[in-house]
Parts: sequence; structure tokens; C-alpha cells
Amino acid sequence: MLQPGKLSKALKSGAIWGFIVLELLFFSIAGEFMSLSDKAFMDFENMLLLLKQSAPIGIIAMGMTIVMINGNIDLSVGAIFAIAAIILLDSMSWPIFAGLGDWVIPVAWLLALAGGTLLGALNGLIVWKTGVDAFIVTLGSMLGFRGIVFMFNGENPTSQLNWTLVDFAEAEFLGLATASWFLLIVTLAIWFLMTKTVHGRNAYAIGDNREAAVNAGIRVGPHMMINFSIIGFLAALSAVVFYSESGSVNPNDGQLYELWVITAVVLGGTKITGGAGSVIGTFGGVIAIQLLRKGLGHIGADTSTVNLVMGLILIAVLFLDRQLNIKGKEELKI
Amino acid sequence: MTDVKPVLHLENIVKIFPGVRALDGVSFAVMPGEVHALMGENGAGKSTLMKVLGGIYQPDDGDIYVGEQKVTMSGPLEAKAKGIVFIHQELSLAEELSVAENIYLGELPRKSFGRVDWTKLAERTNAILKKLNVGFDARTRVGDLSIANQQMVEIARALTVDAKAVIFDEPTASLTDAEKVVLFEVIADLQADGVGIIYISHRMEEIFKITDRISILRDGQYQGTVVTADTNEESVTQMMIGRKLDLSRNASHHEIGNVALEVRGLSCGKLYKDVSFEVRRGEVVGFYGLVGAGRTEIAETLFGLRDPSAGQILLDGQEVRIHSPADAIARGISLVPEDRKGQGLVLGMNCRDNMTLPQVEDLKAGPFVAEGAEIAIFDQYRDRLDIRTPGWKQKVGNLSGGNQQKIVIGKWLSMHPSVLIVDEPTRGIDVGSKSEIHKLLRALAAQGYAVMVISSEMPEVLHVSDRIVAMYSGRIMRTFTSEEVTEDSLIQAISGLGDNQAA
Repeated sequence: MLQPGKLSKALKSGAIWGFIVLELLFFSIAGEFMSLSDKAFMDFENMLLLLKQSAPIGIIAMGMTIVMINGNIDLSVGAIFAIAAIILLDSMSWPIFAGLGDWVIPVAWLLALAGGTLLGALNGLIVWKTGVDAFIVTLGSMLGFRGIVFMFNGENPTSQLNWTLVDFAEAEFLGLATASWFLLIVTLAIWFLMTKTVHGRNAYAIGDNREAAVNAGIRVGPHMMINFSIIGFLAALSAVVFYSESGSVNPNDGQLYELWVITAVVLGGTKITGGAGSVIGTFGGVIAIQLLRKGLGHIGADTSTVNLVMGLILIAVLFLDRQLNIKGKEELKI
Repeated sequence: MTDVKPVLHLENIVKIFPGVRALDGVSFAVMPGEVHALMGENGAGKSTLMKVLGGIYQPDDGDIYVGEQKVTMSGPLEAKAKGIVFIHQELSLAEELSVAENIYLGELPRKSFGRVDWTKLAERTNAILKKLNVGFDARTRVGDLSIANQQMVEIARALTVDAKAVIFDEPTASLTDAEKVVLFEVIADLQADGVGIIYISHRMEEIFKITDRISILRDGQYQGTVVTADTNEESVTQMMIGRKLDLSRNASHHEIGNVALEVRGLSCGKLYKDVSFEVRRGEVVGFYGLVGAGRTEIAETLFGLRDPSAGQILLDGQEVRIHSPADAIARGISLVPEDRKGQGLVLGMNCRDNMTLPQVEDLKAGPFVAEGAEIAIFDQYRDRLDIRTPGWKQKVGNLSGGNQQKIVIGKWLSMHPSVLIVDEPTRGIDVGSKSEIHKLLRALAAQGYAVMVISSEMPEVLHVSDRIVAMYSGRIMRTFTSEEVTEDSLIQAISGLGDNQAA
């Protein structure tokens, strides 16, 4: 028997998957009439490609899920993404690593990941020690980090093509691309972190009722800093996965990533105010966004249309969420 | 008791905030197996003292001893590790998490890799919940529980560690009588185990029922400790406020006019059902019940903040529909809300602007606000209500609770209402100002306003009301006149035990 309240809960947790099915149906049918290519939309190859293309946003979205559940937000992920990419590509040509041959690749990876983690930790440290709202802190670091990107090489792209690296990035294992594997592994790891570990559960508690967490002796600051470090690490990992393949980074790369990432997380059901959300939901959100971008492209819409539709859907989803959360007509009107 | 060492001992605690000596040489000791009441008006320093004890504040002077050991508390976890457990008054729970996670918040049992040991957690929690005899289990989401059950979750936290001392801060504020019995059993069990208990409450009847000794604070100063059996309510009150308090029933009855507000069969979903009552001009009607009985929701409906699902509201015999607070104000209904600081005032604004807030649209000189007219209104109500403030420029946030409440009341009086709804008028206001507010409410009724007072404090309802509506779980159980009401019958009615609707 469904109790009242259960239904809306079931609707909410399943909503994102229902939405994905809807998208698949819509684009398959609309594609029959409007697509320029004669390939079906729901082609297996196409879906695998979609998973691969979801990876850059998806990997960061997992980090954003933790940070948002924790009651914070991180707007600087796009800029961290670009900085990590530059570290990755530029460090491979540094003279001190000249003797390493292809062993420069893991070194460059480590440098990029360490850089991202440090920048994330810096965000966390500032939020912790100053008590300034994470929105403001990361808004500042978004501008600041992007400034560093431009200081490095002006408007010029930073390029470094290493064929061993490209081979690795383009490799497939059990039918899945390297990037897809990274996305799946990160999803699994963060899911484990948030549902099984004390750190994850404390993050929920802090986002839900910070005062209660403080009263219970949970050290709020360090938890937040760890979570910011994780999102920094994941933003860098996303860059590592993506630029290992492309080998060239523009100083504008990663711009608006934060917004796509937040959109995916919110679509996936994470509360903006913190305390509730799930990694699996975010995974659904990421897939839904990518489907929409790809699907609209499939039926011949251009990027601006995609953005417009995406924005409308985001607002519609939040409105629906609010409607489902209202307990009845007797709700207080504010 | 002389050879027994106290479990917890505070010695000369001093805590200074900029400009205030919040605690000034406070000492007291809790013996094992003792229930020790801590009393004082709001602002007397009880919560500051508890924060010092919990390590949230560091004292500027003085020592804390647990057993014989002198300790420095660095935070709540350390206090808990030393066996000092706090049961907070304001629910300190994470609603999205399970009962078990909330009970063990901050110290979830761990397995390897920092994983939560869910089996152990559920086992331990269910053992505690069984002791408390509650109807939910470890996996229930806290947000799905009633307020009273959430309070039980809070209380369950006391049983997670081998406590030496447990501090209950107003634990019964939202409990039904049946749940109170369970709470008192829990306290008795702890007592039997030799745990020292600090019990903070404003409810005299509880204090005299379960405590052994009473320590009293006034203005941050320790007033003394008395043995409960050797004292009475009057002398305790006197120690708390430094003078006697007039707690007699309201005797002055005045002319009652015609019906100003009538409600027939009003319902609002599950919040309250089939509520009917009337309020006459010149009459104070008290609404008494537990938290969650639906009283505030009725007030919010009358003020246009909620849409009723059935029933009628009649003002002066005319049926009206109230869709918004603006509607309500236009029809002469005013609401002094429950949460004075959150809903009633803009704390950062000055006294005058707060008072004229609802009518600032009408007080215009051309396109600009009419400063002079606003000041005139403020002066008028400052004198009428005896609001003590250095001047209209004073920020409301800096006033005492009693004066803040008078500003809110003045704000609505200046709108010339016919029905004044007052929700918990004296919450967080000290005993002295309380009686002033009570007098004010009586005086307003005498001037012909129809006044509805919602309160969770029995002395207050008994003191100010001409009639008392007792509510339980969204229904009116009984309506009493001030002549026929007794404390017992009132308690029965609000616990759902009374007869069906009478008179």
C-alpha cells in the first residue's frame, strides 16, 4: 500500500529516470521525421558515445553533489578544470622532466590532480576559516582562477600532443571508453563515500542542520574542507581525462561548466539548501542533460536552442519539485 | 549527603561578553542520583552556563570539576566523552537522516575505511528505543516523526553513553502527558544508576514533582540553592525575580459587547478540523493546547496565511473570505505572531519604522515617506503602551523582549483592528515583563477589542482569559469559562482525556 507522501517520494526519486525515458522516446520518434542523418537515435554506439561525452561534466557533478549536500556550492570548478588542463599539458614539456620519456605522463597527471586538489582545499579553507558564504568565496575564486589561466598564456591555447597519451585516452576496455570508465568509477566511489562512510553521513548532517551537527561535536570546518578538496580533485580529474585526448586547451575552456554541473545535480534531486540528495540521482541528471544536448542536435537544433530548452526544463523541474513537496492546500502562504 | 562527592561541580564561573557579565561567580554542584533544577528568568544566564559546561564557550574565570577531576571543556564531544550529555530544548536534529543516525550524530560506530557500522548502529538504537517505549524504529526518517517523537529522539541521545550527568533543557515543552510519564521514568532510571541530572524548566509543577534541589540564577548571579521539599513556588519565584509576582486569576470583568469574530466548522486539511468558536468585543479568549494542536494554524488561517478547506469565518456577522494578510488587515484582523524576532519585527530597523511598517504605504507626503506622521504614531503608542526605549531611532534588536513585544502590539493597534490575535505573547519574555503584557491585554479588551490569546503556558491562559478554548490534536475539546475552569480539567482536555465538547 502506498501511504500519502510515499507516492510523491517515489515520484521524486524515480523522476529523473522517467525523464530520461521520456527524452529517449521523444528523440527517437522526432528523429524519425526531423533528423538529417538516417541513423536511429537510440543506437547502441550512439549511447556509448553519450556516456563518454558525459564524463567531463559528470565527474565534476559527483563532487558538486557532495559539496551541495554539505550545504555549500562551488562555482570555481570550471576555472579549476582549465588550470588543471594547463598544468597537465604544459608540465609535459618542462625541461626537468625531459629525461623521463613517456613516464612524464603519470607525473603530469599527478601534478594536475594535486593542483586541482590544492585549489579546492584553498576554497574550503577560506570558507571554513572566514565563515564567508561558499557562494561568494567560490565566485571570487572562479574569477581569480580564471585570471590565472589567462595570465599563463594570454589568449593563446596551450597545446601538447603526446601520442601515447592519446592512445590511452582513446583506448577501450570491455567496450567502454577510458573516459566512461573514469565516470563510472568516480560515481561508484562517491556513492560509497556518501552512503557508507561516516564522513559522508556527517556531510548530510551538516547540510541538513548545521547547528545540530555542531552540538553533536561534528567538526564542520574540516568536513567542508575535505569536500572542497574532493571537488577540486574531481575537476582536475575531469580535465586530465578530457585533455589527455584533445591535447590542447583554450583559456576559455571550462567556462559555464559550473552551471551545467549544478544543473545536473539539481535535476538529480539534490536540495540546493543541502542535507538531501543522491549520487545516483546526479548520475541520472548528467545523463539527462547530455541526452538533451545530443538529442536536440540530432533533430537539428543549434546550441542556443539547447540552452533555452535546458533553462526552461530546469525551472520546470524545480517548480514540480516544489509542488511535490507542498504537503497540501493548507500549506502556509509566504 | 555530606560524604558523597558531586558528579559535577561548578566553581565561581565567570563569563564576560562585551559590556555584560553574563555569568558572575556561579557555583553549584550536582550529586549522583540527584535531580537538580536550574531556574531563572530568560536572560538570567542559564543557557550561557550550559554552553560553558558544554565547551561551546570558555569561561573567563572559575573551574569545572567532573567527579574530582578539574576539566577544561573544549567542545561538545569532549563533554560527552566525559559523561556530560545535553538534551537540547530546540530540536537539534537533522530531519533527512534516520533516527539512528541522529541519536549517534557525531559518533557513528565505524568499521574499516571509515565505513559506518549499520548493523551495530541499528542494534544499539533499537535497544534504546525499546527502553523509551516509542512507536518507531531506528530506520525511520526523523522528518517523518511528530514533534513529540522528535523530542524523544533527542532524549534517546542521553542513553547512548555511560553518562555521569545529563542536562535536560526544557524537555517537556512539546510532550503529551503520556510521554512526560515516559520521560520521568527515564529520569528515574538514570537517577537510580547514580547519574546526576540538571533539569531546566519554567514549569513549576514539574520542578516540584521530580527535582531534589533547586538552584536559582538572576542576572547572571547565583542566588542560592534550596531543597525542593523545603520550599514553595512563591519563594522560588521571588528568588528568580527579586520580588513578588501577582499570579492571581483575572478578576476584573468588564462589559462584553457583541460578537466580533465567529468561526463555524473551520477545517484546514489535517492541521485542524471542524473548529467553531466566537470572540466578542471586550473579551479575551485563550487558546490552550500542546504544540502542534493546531492553534497557531487557526490564527494563520484567520490572518489569510492559509486557505481553509472547509468552514466559514464571520466578522461582525458577515461571512468573509480572507485570502491574504492584506485582506485580513483591511478587515481589521491583526496577528501578533509566535516568533517575535523572526515574524514580528525587522530587527535591524528602528522602533518607528517597525511600528509603521504595515501602513507606510499610506503615510506618504507626495512620493516620499512622511517622517513626521510616522514619529507621531510612534510617540502615541510609546506612551499608550509604556514602551521603554531611548528614542525612535533605537534599533529594535537592542530592546528587551518585553519592549519588542509591545512594539509589535503597538504596530497592530495603530492599524485600528477590531480583532487582535496574539500568539504566545510572552514567549522568551522575563517574568516581570510578562505580567505587564498580561495587564496590557486585559486593558485592550476593556477598550473594546476582541482579543484571542494563544498560549502554551497554563498560568498565562488562566490569568488573562475570560473564556478558554482547549485544543487537542486539531480539535476543540472543550470551552471553559473562567469561573468553571480548573487546572486539572484543562490538562485533561488538552491531553485528549476530557469529556466531549461541553458548554
